[in-house]
Formats: sequence, structure tokens, C-alpha cells
Amino acid sequence: MTTGFVFALAGAALFALGVAGVVLIGHLLRRILAFNLMGSGACLVLVGLAQRHDVADPVPQAMVLTGIVVAVAATALALALVRKLHALTGQLELLDDADK
Amino acid sequence: MPINEPLIDPLVWLILLPLAWATLAFVLGPGRGAWLAIGGLVAQCWLAFNLAQKVGALGTAQVGPDQLVGTALHAVGGWGAPLGIDLAVDGLSAAMLLLTQTVALPLAIYARSYFKADDPAGTWFWPLTGFLIAGLNALFVSADLFNLYVTLELVGLAAVGLVAAGGGAQQVAAALRYLFATLVGSGAYLLGVALIYGVYGTVSIATLLPLVTDDAPRLVWIAGGLMVAGLMLKTALFPFHFWLPPAHGGAPAPVSALLSALVVKASFYLILRLWLGPLQPLLPAFAWLMAALGAAAIFWGSWQAIRAVKLKRLIAYSTVAQLGYLFLIFPLLAAPGALQAGVMQVFAHGLAKAGMFAAAGVLIKATGQDTVAGLAGAVERLPVTMFAFALSGMTLMGLPPSSGFLAKWQIIEAALAQGHWIIAVVVLAGGLLAAVYVFRVLRQAFLLKPASVALAPVPRTLEWSAFALAAASVLLGLRGVELMQLLGAGT
Repeated sequence: MTTGFVFALAGAALFALGVAGVVLIGHLLRRILAFNLMGSGACLVLVGLAQRHDVADPVPQAMVLTGIVVAVAATALALALVRKLHALTGQLELLDDADK
Repeated sequence: MPINEPLIDPLVWLILLPLAWATLAFVLGPGRGAWLAIGGLVAQCWLAFNLAQKVGALGTAQVGPDQLVGTALHAVGGWGAPLGIDLAVDGLSAAMLLLTQTVALPLAIYARSYFKADDPAGTWFWPLTGFLIAGLNALFVSADLFNLYVTLELVGLAAVGLVAAGGGAQQVAAALRYLFATLVGSGAYLLGVALIYGVYGTVSIATLLPLVTDDAPRLVWIAGGLMVAGLMLKTALFPFHFWLPPAHGGAPAPVSALLSALVVKASFYLILRLWLGPLQPLLPAFAWLMAALGAAAIFWGSWQAIRAVKLKRLIAYSTVAQLGYLFLIFPLLAAPGALQAGVMQVFAHGLAKAGMFAAAGVLIKATGQDTVAGLAGAVERLPVTMFAFALSGMTLMGLPPSSGFLAKWQIIEAALAQGHWIIAVVVLAGGLLAAVYVFRVLRQAFLLKPASVALAPVPRTLEWSAFALAAASVLLGLRGVELMQLLGAGT
């Protein structure tokens, strides 16, 4: 088992943890952290799996850079929305959809 | 296929133009920004028509997505795939581009009158809509799986911003719920892309096409499952629809219309693209699962729409139901006609739902409340708007000669030709359920109302742009042949 493959396995585990966090946790900041964990996991799989024969591959690394930019933008948007929600309602959790 | 210059230009400009007017609208503010956006959209409509004509003329001679190299980045750096980006357009993408521009233009005209000068939602509407449309157009012409991921995120983030643009607590909460759903969806898609790259060393759709076979490694199956599940979450297929009604029902009317008509279709387009393209050997194993979920969506969405108290909730649940039809085509795709039926349904629902949300926006502005009960007497005072609502409803029910009729007719025909009568039954039952919730609204609107209750005056532009969209959804039924021919090109 090469280091690249270990990275990929770790990435898959992180992704699973992240998804569980986003779905199960109530606190919004923690959910945002969990989303970042998820994104990092996917990126680790992308880079790790591609160089599992221990030959570096530049293409997935370029993709991961793009992925990081996307994750930063998404995190910023999520944080802005959470701050707005906190300012409006004083809450840091999503309550049940009020008007069905 | 030879790369010919005239084809490259509209492609690139369909992405650059909305980016340009979005940025300028952000700088110039909503007043001049709105005019800029409308001007840009007129040009985009022309470009999309042009492109569709050219692709249609190329006919059925080509196989697979044609590799057209051409972004601004390319021209400068000269980088092709894998480090650069390839853009490709075939009949399916040309059709989706056409739908996007033709829905967005009337909605932009609508939105200019809809937002009052001091409305904060109006300030953010123009830049975010521009980014949304740029993302959609880029998604429809992307030729590799990773670029599709990036455009998917662009669309998702812009859409979340639009939902939150109103700034109310309900809207922000709906936007956050939507944001988490869309992020998990695209995260699953990205992991799928990572696994595919790990196995095959490429993300280009055209290169993957011959590589993926029946005996693909298990990792590729997992990748396919992850990608499709993520996209189903983003398309709000039952039971992943939980985020849609608050997001689409709570946003301002022009935003709801854009989201219901276009954004959910982007992820559906991507499922279709994977299904017909690189993952063709694997995905048919899931066909009946998707059709079953689609049928469940039709019944659950219609039932919730029938019970809804608020008008926009009703329309949002109707979107959940109508999206179900799109997934009924997957078991039928082996035979000709099913793809055409699916895309016809995308067009029918796109135009009709945009018209219906636009009409609902007028009704809410006039009556001052977002409830079905508040519509009593609307027919007398707002005949054009109610006519628009009824025309859209006609398409959703699938009455001839609307495009909804054409779509449902084709699904039934394809289903019966292959002996899957159960799908035909679901389509017919869905049409009846749609009639129930549409007539629930119309019946209320036809009630007489004491003249003492005044309706607020509404700008004519609002009424007529809603009417234009609704009428287009019906009239498209008469021009279905051209659309079918376009789909034949390159898919």
C-alpha cells in the first residue's frame, strides 16, 4: 500500500465524517466546519488516488486548487448567511420550516 | 468534426456577456444595471438562437460531443485539455442554452418592474442573476466532469444568494438549508469525479466514453452512484426535495421563477449527460429506482400542492411533482423518443413554471397576501394575470395543444411501446392531480368578491411578461418538431 493510497483512504473517511456532520449537527458553525472537512476529504481522494503508484500528477493538484477556491467562496457565503440569521433571530440553529 | 470559427464565438460570448453585465450591474446599481441586463439578455437570446440553428444544421452526422476549443483563456494561453478547458455543444446543450435565455429575458423585464427602487432584493438581483446565468450557460457547454463541478457550484452559490437576497429571517434560513443541501450534493459529485480520475486518469467526457465498460472496477460504480445521488439531491428529487419548497416558495417571485424554471434543470441535465455519455454502461442499473422516486415525487408533490395554504408554496410543491416526470424517462431511454419527451418536459415546465411564479408575484402584489384564499375576485380585476396562470396550469396538467401535453404524450407513447404501462398510468394520474391544484386556485379566483376590498394597482409590464411566458409554454406545443430535430444533433 503506497502513501498515495493511504491518503485516498483517509480522504474517504474524512468525507464520510464531514457528510455525517453536515447532516446530523444542529449548530450552524459546526455544520460549516463539517462541510469543509467533507471538501478536504474529496480533495485528498482526488490527489491521493491519482498518485497511488507514487508518481506525482499535476492535473489533480490544479483541480484541487480550484476546489479550494470554491470551498472558500462557499464558506464565506455560509458564514455571511449565518451572521445575518444570528443578527435577525439570535439563533445559530435552523429551526423547523415554520410555514408549510 | 472540424472546428469552424462562427460556432466558437456565440459559445464564448454566452458565458462572457452575463459575467460582464453582472459585474457592471453590481457597480452601476439596480437602475442602470437592469437595462444593461435586459440588453445583454437580448443579445444572448440572439446568440443562443444562432447557435441552435447552426447545431441543428450540422444534423445527426456527428457522434458524441464535438470538441470545440475556445475560451478567452485558450486564445491567450493556447492551453487545451487536460490543463486548459474544452467547451462542447451538441443538440442537447444548444436546446438548454436556448431555454435558459428565453426564460431569463422575460423574467428580467418582469423583475425590472417588480423590484421597487428601495428594495434591497432588487440591488442584489441583477449581479446574482448574471452570475447564475453565466454559470448555467457554462455548465451546458462544459465538456469535462471537473469543469461541470465548478459550474455546478457557481450556479448553486448564485442561487443561494438569490434566495437570501430578500434579507428576511425566513429567507435566510431557507437559503442556508438550500446551501447545505447543494454543498453536500456537489461534494458527493466531486468525490465521484475524484474516483473516476483515480481510475482512468481523465475527466474529459469524450475520452471517458470508450473507457468505461460493463466490467468497470467497483470504484467506478461507487463513483457513478455518488455523482447521481449528489445530483438527485440538487435536482430535489423525492425524497431529497425538503429544501425546495421553503427556498422557492419564500424567495421574491422573479427569483422563484428562475430557480424553478432553470436551476433545478441544470443538475437534471447533468444526470442526463452522464447517463447518455460516460456512465452509460453502469447507470441503467438504477433506472427503475429513479423512475420509482420520480413517481413518488409526482404523487407527494401534487398532494402537498393540493393541501398548501400559501400560493407560492403550492407552486413550489408543483415543481417537486413536475420534476418527477423527468425521472420517469430513465427506464425508457433505450428506445427513441424518451429523450425528446424528457427535454420537452424540461421546456414545458421551465416556461410554464416561470409564467406561473411570475403571475403569482402579480397576484401577491395586488392582493397583498400570499394565500390561495386571498385570491377571491382576482379574475375580474386581473384578467391577464389569471389567464397567464390558467395557461401555465394547462401546460402543467398536460392539456393539448400545450408543450406539457406533447411531453406527457411522448412519455406515454414510449412507455406503451416498451410495455411499461405502469409509467403511463403514473403520467395520467399526475395530470389529474395537477388539475386538482390548478383548479383549486382558479376556482378561488373566480369567486365574487365585495368591491369594497381594493386591489393594489400593478404595472402592466408585470402582467404581460408573465403572460408571454405562459403563452410560450402553450405555443411551444405547436413548434415541437423543431426542438426534436435540434435534439437529434450530436446526441
